[in-house]
Amino acid sequence: MMPASALLATDRLVHLSGVDLVIVVFYFALVLSIGFYLKRFAKTGEDFFLAGREMTAWVAGLAFVSANLGSLELLGWAGNAYQYGIMASHWYWIGAIPAMVFLGIVMMPFYYISKTHSVPGYLQLRYGPEASALSAVTFAVMTILMSGVNMYAMAVVMEVVLGWNIHFSLITSSLTVGLYVAAGGLFSAIFNEVLQFFLIWFGALLIPILGLIETGGWSGMVARIHQNFPGQDFTHLWAPMHSFSSNPMGIHWTGIVFGLGAVQAMGYWTTDFLVVQRVLSAKDVRSAKMAPIIGSFFKMAVPLIVIVPGLLGRAVLPMHLVPASEAVAGQFKYDDVLPLMLARYCGPGLLGLGITALVAGFMAGMAGNVSAFATVWTYDLYRPFLRKDAPDQHYVSMGRWCTIIGLIVSIGTAYLVMRFASMMDYVQALFGFFIAPLFGTVLLGMLWKRVTRAAGFWGLLAGVVSSVSMFTLMKLDQRWVSVFALSPYAKGLAQAMYQALWSCVTCVVVTVIVTLVTKPRPDEELRGLVYSITDVPQEQHTSLLQRPAFWGAVALAIFVVLQIIFW
Amino acid sequence: MSEKHHIIPVWFFVGVLFVVYGFLIFVSGLAEWSHPPGTVEAELHAPVWWGALLLVLGTVYCTLFRPGKN
Repeated sequence: MMPASALLATDRLVHLSGVDLVIVVFYFALVLSIGFYLKRFAKTGEDFFLAGREMTAWVAGLAFVSANLGSLELLGWAGNAYQYGIMASHWYWIGAIPAMVFLGIVMMPFYYISKTHSVPGYLQLRYGPEASALSAVTFAVMTILMSGVNMYAMAVVMEVVLGWNIHFSLITSSLTVGLYVAAGGLFSAIFNEVLQFFLIWFGALLIPILGLIETGGWSGMVARIHQNFPGQDFTHLWAPMHSFSSNPMGIHWTGIVFGLGAVQAMGYWTTDFLVVQRVLSAKDVRSAKMAPIIGSFFKMAVPLIVIVPGLLGRAVLPMHLVPASEAVAGQFKYDDVLPLMLARYCGPGLLGLGITALVAGFMAGMAGNVSAFATVWTYDLYRPFLRKDAPDQHYVSMGRWCTIIGLIVSIGTAYLVMRFASMMDYVQALFGFFIAPLFGTVLLGMLWKRVTRAAGFWGLLAGVVSSVSMFTLMKLDQRWVSVFALSPYAKGLAQAMYQALWSCVTCVVVTVIVTLVTKPRPDEELRGLVYSITDVPQEQHTSLLQRPAFWGAVALAIFVVLQIIFW
Repeated sequence: MSEKHHIIPVWFFVGVLFVVYGFLIFVSGLAEWSHPPGTVEAELHAPVWWGALLLVLGTVYCTLFRPGKN
């Protein structure tokens, strides 16, 4: 056994007191207890993989938004807010809200009515095994790699922030996640995500409250930023994007509107099974439609606990943070801004709450990855291609084993990343290759009944290949950045937005061309899968306040007002 | 939350978490009242009112969603 002294290093951002440690330990005890309590309910495949399809709109909605509220997200976007200013909010507003409303109103009925277990499952029904297998294999591989990358990143953060030994963090967190997800399946994952949602809000909300008190409110904070960084604009959303060179991201507003809002965000929020799986657990169609819309209201508020702390860092921190690639010993990186602000305002007790929120975020992210992996492997690869007619219990056992095996592979990936650090960037980029083209394939399949089986597969493949090609060319030769991202000033985030846009366009163009030269499926085979020939339940007989469309419109109205306020 | 299964609502577990954390934070805030930590704005005694808020919210959740209520 590792001696306690070996678990703690002296060089760390924050120091935990006894009460902080009690808070962290209680969280581990609670999630394990909940996992074992839920085990008795996860008996059938539907229970284990889709939480019995009995979650209310609120639970599914909070789990949906929480699945994307991991600690890497929080630390990374607070760092981005420090680096780019309030422009980072685009990833929470135009990069989320329209897509969430679109998922709820337009796409969710098809996922739900078709009774699919997953997004590749929908592709199986709509296009057949080729497109489904391509999507399932890429999703399974990428999810497990991402889980390993997240695991490693968590261990590094715990080492830097708390001084915890990397191996200790890896083993403790993965063992806990493995036990509770293997026990309760998606039930456990969703319960933990709801807990994590509250922990993150109550753990991080004090930073903007106390920070704005210190600076004398929003205007005081803006004045301090201008004083500390004269001539730079960190507090406007759209104004700095009239040209590529007028903002630190090197992006034009077209990249944000079309690359991020219309493609990247739509792809992520409507086809990434990790988040869609949470909504599929809803108890009926109306709850499934409401869940992402409920999530959109909370998503809109997240900049308060992520972006504002980043901006406050510019206003109040005595030192200037630097990019990770330029940091030398003793210098703090952009991504350190959230822990630095936590340590600035939170003493014993509150610090434990904030750190527990970070740990919970990491573990919920891992649980999300392994539960989505177990579902896609079992239902979209193992059942159709390896063992078609096994009893339901067999698939539940397979799901439990997948959870354990998935975590072991993730741990292996984490150690691989530890040896080859550059792998991390590439694995994260890989995930982006599939999201944008997949959106084109799924959307065309839902809205146009003429799209054929071959078109679905070749369109998706062409989109993925074009995305990989653009990424590789831009990495190999800087001159390609001007071609694909339209400007030599485009930084990594800007390049990714245009890459998403062009790969989705490629997917759509190839899908349309192949469709026009191949034979369509008969209408009766597509009922429940395509908009024009499906009876989607309407809500004419429900009151206005119970209609998802009404709340979707409210979410969009608030979104527009926020754009105007922070223009 | 559950129709097919009679599962304790997740809100009850949220309540338990808040009650325990609220109590611990509130008590540690009181204990350091006369000698607050060296954090910025420590004179506002955030742990006391934040802990109290968590404690109240947790109690409400535990009461409203306690097992067997329905």
